[in-house]
Amino acid sequence: MSPGLHAEVAVHYGGFDLDVSVQVAPGEVLAVLGRNGSGKSTLLAAIAGLLRPDAGRITLQARMLTDTAARVQVPPHRRRIGLLAQQPLLFPHLSVLDNVAFGPRAAGTGRRAARAVALRHLAEVDATQFASRRPGQLSGGQAQRIALARALAAGPDLLLLDEPLSAVDVELAPALRALLRTVLAERLTVLVTHQVLDALVLADRVLVLDEGRVVEQGPTLQVLTRPRSAFAARLAGLNLVPGTATVAGVRTADGVEIVGVGGGPAPGTPAVAVFSPSDVAVHPRPPHASPRNVLASTVAGLEPQGTVIRVWSEAGIAADITAAAVSDLALHPGAQVWLVVKATEVAVHALPDQARDPAPRRMRPAPDHLAEAAVEPNFRR
Amino acid sequence: MHPGLPGALWVPAAAAFGLILLPVVGLVVRTPWPRFVELVTSESAVAALGLSLRTAAVSTLLCVLFGGPLAVVLARGAVPGMRLVRAVVLLPLVLPPVVGGLALLYLLGRNGFAGQALDLVFGVRVPYTTAAVVLAQTFVAMPFLVVSLEGALRTGGERYETVAATLGAAPWTVFRRITVPLVLPGLGSGVVLAFARCLGEFGATIAFAGSLQGVTRTLPLEVYLLREVDVDGAIALSLVLVAVAVVVIAVARPRGAASGSGLR
Repeated sequence: MSPGLHAEVAVHYGGFDLDVSVQVAPGEVLAVLGRNGSGKSTLLAAIAGLLRPDAGRITLQARMLTDTAARVQVPPHRRRIGLLAQQPLLFPHLSVLDNVAFGPRAAGTGRRAARAVALRHLAEVDATQFASRRPGQLSGGQAQRIALARALAAGPDLLLLDEPLSAVDVELAPALRALLRTVLAERLTVLVTHQVLDALVLADRVLVLDEGRVVEQGPTLQVLTRPRSAFAARLAGLNLVPGTATVAGVRTADGVEIVGVGGGPAPGTPAVAVFSPSDVAVHPRPPHASPRNVLASTVAGLEPQGTVIRVWSEAGIAADITAAAVSDLALHPGAQVWLVVKATEVAVHALPDQARDPAPRRMRPAPDHLAEAAVEPNFRR
Repeated sequence: MHPGLPGALWVPAAAAFGLILLPVVGLVVRTPWPRFVELVTSESAVAALGLSLRTAAVSTLLCVLFGGPLAVVLARGAVPGMRLVRAVVLLPLVLPPVVGGLALLYLLGRNGFAGQALDLVFGVRVPYTTAAVVLAQTFVAMPFLVVSLEGALRTGGERYETVAATLGAAPWTVFRRITVPLVLPGLGSGVVLAFARCLGEFGATIAFAGSLQGVTRTLPLEVYLLREVDVDGAIALSLVLVAVAVVVIAVARPRGAASGSGLR
């Protein structure tokens, strides 16, 4: 058995089947993406030992945790697997410091030594000033920070994050996401989320789960920017343009600069520009407005998406426009277009170290799944 | 403001409230106040009150020591047949206490199978002893503690215990450091309810333990016996029980409210 996490898990109940195989290398962050009911939480529960799979084997750092064939099921408290859920779930009767000291205390460390460990981890999440508070006196974002420190203080071999940002206020989420990014570096982690942004900022690799099956997995950027499955493409749903951070935004390998807003990663570091297809306007001629991002490209394909038509460009950028606009502009595969997106609609995020991404590349072509699909949209819908 | 209450509800509501309050008022009005202190400090009254407080305290402790774990098992144990166990636990709540006393007698009495065994092996006879009073009280009060504690455990949920386990805490550590502290407010109101039920116990006690002054004659039994020969004494002692009940309600109510908000 090699280090890292190896999990083969099959769970069947009611009409639901989960059957997945997950490998995470030491120091790697894996994001499991999927919609509600895709089996993400069941997978986490099986890894954490809260649920006994119907069939499967789970090893962590060469320790056997679950082996249904050999009737091995190590209980949760002996797995050395930390869990950070949506809710912080700080113990309401303990102070913040004693919450964080709980793991070391449970491991048999003395009270004073455990508190010293707790203080170190509170410092790691920048929350030492809350040490003497009660959980009831904290905001949701502060509480989640401390829950993270508590999970880390127990010294887990593996950290499981179950939608850790979904219950945090929108304005506090970016700071917490940035903190997670720092803390999770080089830490064996499985992150369950349905937010592409979380996966993008935090994960080295992405695994896409649909109805209990793995439909796609690979390096984060590759899966999110060049989804091979239609499902992953719909899940991703955002334009992601990777490149190098500049003062104003992101410069792609082709030399095109996309101007955006955001905390601003240090210039020269890997970064990605993120914007929604609905914020992209399509023009048949070069527009005149100067402060906007304008990209010349050709139409690669058209795909109906609910009430709008998604226009895929050769530059790999998608735009959502109405069926009426598609016919007004006489869009068809191969047509020359200018894509425009306001700088205020573009968010710039730092990327995890892309050394693991095998193919630094030019801007992506249209997703592979479109190559086989019919590109004629259905205008009658 | 409330959207409006049908006026017709006020009449039966007032009648219900009056049915509870007026008898107590009657008792207070009829109390022979000049002799009150003398009546409640008579030898037999003091003996009965002391016995009642001692036995109720021991019974409540037994309810916590045995009923507490039972509540945890009912709330957390994943064993088939738990619904049946819960139904049986509620039995003393709906059974007439005198029937419970008879049932105890035919288990632990001279002719009961457990009673015969105890007598033969250890030479122990339970009926008509103070131990019988404690058993009868524990029998009738147990469901009060179990039900309120199980409710508090269920409201609190298992989430904190799960988190504690993922932090490396073994089941006993989780129980000691998470389950028990979080359920203390619920336990508090359960204890008060059980104690009140023990203090008021009559039917099961008289059937199983009899009425021997200083040994098994608790305050409710004393009141009942006194009623025939000394009405004033019976009323004075009744008022003592009312006073204890009022104190119990005053103590139990705020705790009950706290358990709801504390555990969310």
